[in-house]
Amino acid sequence: MRHTQEPVGSKGDGSSAPPDVLDALEAESVYILREAFNRLDKLAMLWSVGKDSNVLLWLTRKAFFGHVPFPVIHIDTSYKIPEMIVFRDRLVKEWGLDLIIGRNEAALAAGMNHKKGRVVCCTALKTEALKQVIGEHGFTGVIAGIRRDEEGTRAKERVFSPRGEKAEWNFRDQPPEFWDQYKTDFPPGTHLRVHPLLHWTELDVWRYIRREAIPVVELYFAKRGQRYRSLGCLPCTGTIKSKAADLDGIIRELESTLVSERSGRAQDREAEDAFERLRADGYM
Amino acid sequence: MSRHETAVLGPRAGPRGDTLERLKIAVVGHVDHGKSTLVGRLFHDTNSLPEGKFEAIKEMCDRRGMPFEWAFLMDAFQAERDQGVTIDTAQIWFHTARRDYVIIDAPGHSEFLKNMITGAAKAEAALLVIDAHEGVRAQSRRHGYLLNLLGIEQVCVVVNKMDAVDYGQARFRAVEDEIGAYLGDIGIVPSAVVPVSARAGDNVALPSARMSWYRGPTMTEALDGFSVPPSPVALPLRMPVQDVYKFDNRRIIAGRIETGRLKRGDRLVFSPSNKSAHVATIEVWNARADEACAGQSIGITLDEQLFVERGELASHAEALPVETNVFRAKIFWLAHEALKAGNRYKLKLATSETPVEVQSVDWVINPETLERIKGETVERHGFAELVLRTRSLLALDDHKNNPRTGRFVLVDGYDIAGGGVISMEGYPDQRALVTVKSTNVSSVAHRVTVETRARHNQHQGGVLWFTGLSGAGKSTIALELEQRLFRKGYQVYVLDGDNLRVGLNANLGFSPEDRAENIRRVGEVAALFAEAGFVVITAFISPYRSDRDRARAAAERQGSGNFHEVYVSASLEVCEKRDPKGLYRKARAGKIDQFTGISAPYEAPEAPELTLPTDALSLEECVEAAIDYLERHFRSG
Repeated sequence: MRHTQEPVGSKGDGSSAPPDVLDALEAESVYILREAFNRLDKLAMLWSVGKDSNVLLWLTRKAFFGHVPFPVIHIDTSYKIPEMIVFRDRLVKEWGLDLIIGRNEAALAAGMNHKKGRVVCCTALKTEALKQVIGEHGFTGVIAGIRRDEEGTRAKERVFSPRGEKAEWNFRDQPPEFWDQYKTDFPPGTHLRVHPLLHWTELDVWRYIRREAIPVVELYFAKRGQRYRSLGCLPCTGTIKSKAADLDGIIRELESTLVSERSGRAQDREAEDAFERLRADGYM
Repeated sequence: MSRHETAVLGPRAGPRGDTLERLKIAVVGHVDHGKSTLVGRLFHDTNSLPEGKFEAIKEMCDRRGMPFEWAFLMDAFQAERDQGVTIDTAQIWFHTARRDYVIIDAPGHSEFLKNMITGAAKAEAALLVIDAHEGVRAQSRRHGYLLNLLGIEQVCVVVNKMDAVDYGQARFRAVEDEIGAYLGDIGIVPSAVVPVSARAGDNVALPSARMSWYRGPTMTEALDGFSVPPSPVALPLRMPVQDVYKFDNRRIIAGRIETGRLKRGDRLVFSPSNKSAHVATIEVWNARADEACAGQSIGITLDEQLFVERGELASHAEALPVETNVFRAKIFWLAHEALKAGNRYKLKLATSETPVEVQSVDWVINPETLERIKGETVERHGFAELVLRTRSLLALDDHKNNPRTGRFVLVDGYDIAGGGVISMEGYPDQRALVTVKSTNVSSVAHRVTVETRARHNQHQGGVLWFTGLSGAGKSTIALELEQRLFRKGYQVYVLDGDNLRVGLNANLGFSPEDRAENIRRVGEVAALFAEAGFVVITAFISPYRSDRDRARAAAERQGSGNFHEVYVSASLEVCEKRDPKGLYRKARAGKIDQFTGISAPYEAPEAPELTLPTDALSLEECVEAAIDYLERHFRSG
């Protein structure tokens, strides 16, 4: 793992230069994480083991000087790609994470899978499992690594986004959010989703991973002309054609592609509003 | 790619490394003037649309039986597509050869103003879109006004739907003149006014052949003509304390540097507590740092163990923020429940949170006509100028000196209800008034006690603090009262303005700070006289509640604690008619700055011990009332 040894803001000649784009993104995310940690009593972070939530964990360690001062939740549908679980358990050990695994055991016992409908399956094994964990632990703040450039409804999200008593997202009437003053007051029984990566793009994430040498699952790198661009459950996540076998390759590929990131995610495409409905119900 | 694909495009910046430039642009303007359409066209003409997006939008439109609608690129909600209106703000990325852009689409419908502000507040420049046929409308002006309040200085006007006016130059010039005049009035000079047809693609990314009379830039060229605002490193240091961590046996003060820079070894002052220490280390995980600057979220340790809390503002001693418990604000209001004088809210300024009361609503502003109207309430989506008061001192800056620590939001219940920018015009920085410079001081105990003096004088010592407008009758009543009380055997003395300014206060001028210091000294002197057994009558306008409260506190500190606020009241009209010194006439003629009641505030007492309404009672009646009050409250036994 590479560590940045450069003094902050210094170019070595004693004068400091204005922060570049990645520095500015990082500083804003750190600010958001620290706001969440200060304002919310019961805080946890969603960790999908994908690239975005790894960046989120990395930023958390930056914000809190090497510590991850809240639990991380992995929603395990049991259909995750096996390499992801191996990678997860390795990082839990290396980084000393307090891991909570969320599984909708009742739905799994009843045989839930994507053949019953992708949106139905996502709702049961992800949204419901997440609601169970939130209810069980009484979390009032859940940090998630979603980004505006991923998808149209996420493009309209707030950094501090309130969820109702049933975890539902009232996207028709979102709170005002400006001047870095976030909604931090909310009635009992409801909670906030906190989105520190909302202002990042896919390319920003990869450039930052390269700069900071953040570990990611090997599945992102091309093997035999195929790679995963976005990670999810095995049955619903497709690979893309790619020659990008390393970070430089991925960044070069993204600098010229016109294909969107979630194109490999089948659940988004069941209907025009499939993702909107998933998210309104409390999906991440 | 699937026809149902709804993803938004990421940037394809080209191999330019990590340090490229990124500028955030808000697209604002009246509903249906074509903002979302313009963004769709911009993406199409700069070849920035994701693969299959054009076909996907076409499908959505066909399914709804409607012509092709570019707005569907950003209007992701079903409700937005079905109703054909943008509800919430969205962001989308694209680039030109010059730099990367974040395009922030803001809803134009008045109902969704909070979403417009949410989007626009993030921007560093704006495109103000106006329909060539409809011209300048309510939200065109309102959005322009908000851009100014939000501090967005770079604005390009896009006159859209030129196809609907046959690409006519005359119509364009008319719209250009109308919006130019309005923006000029609020202090915005547009960088360009571009005639565009988003639907047909004229002057968006490609120059139009149909408007050869136009010689200016295309909209994309106008975007490239904006500049990325420099990071505010040149302003004085302001670092609000966000949190204090105790990791690994170090006490780390965490915060983001809003403006300026700091170095290891710098002496920092934390306001409003006024505690001070040196920066021992700048903490960055996995790295070392000797200095840090605006925009960075950092941690520091100090060379002394100070108890510093979230909400305090760190700065250098040479350029301190203002400390005050009262200030003016220009606000916008978003809550359904109207804002009224006397209402209480939670004020969030940087990382501080403080209960605040609306002391007065001075002006309600009509953003369309820029008229300032006297009013008591501010309705939803209204604009106003207020005076806000907090119980304890707050560290802040005048917005014109430092925007980042000169703005705030008001929270009502669970919700952000409005936002505003601060002006300290007419109000003093109270820091000097509360700063104690002399240390190692201990009071001596008198052998003649307050009680002994009161027995000897046959009355208690104390302060009658007269306050009221110039011309209300303070001095006249005070001098008459002094004479009558003296005859009755009272130890009595009047402290009057000019008499003190000749000697004790000769080194003070008439700035808000000097006026406050003047009153502070009067308060201290009055307290000493009171302790010496005198009935002290002070006759000063003393327009600020904070100053009078401080005088009361001085009397309480000196032991007598006998302090009576007397409101010598008369309406401004009456005082102005009396005008014994001709001051109102001079003030109205603009010859006196900051004249109380005309160009500076008068804060009437909330609960005076005695009120003498000189426009209703005669001088004799007022003096009688005062003597009666005095006999009841100052006679011993």
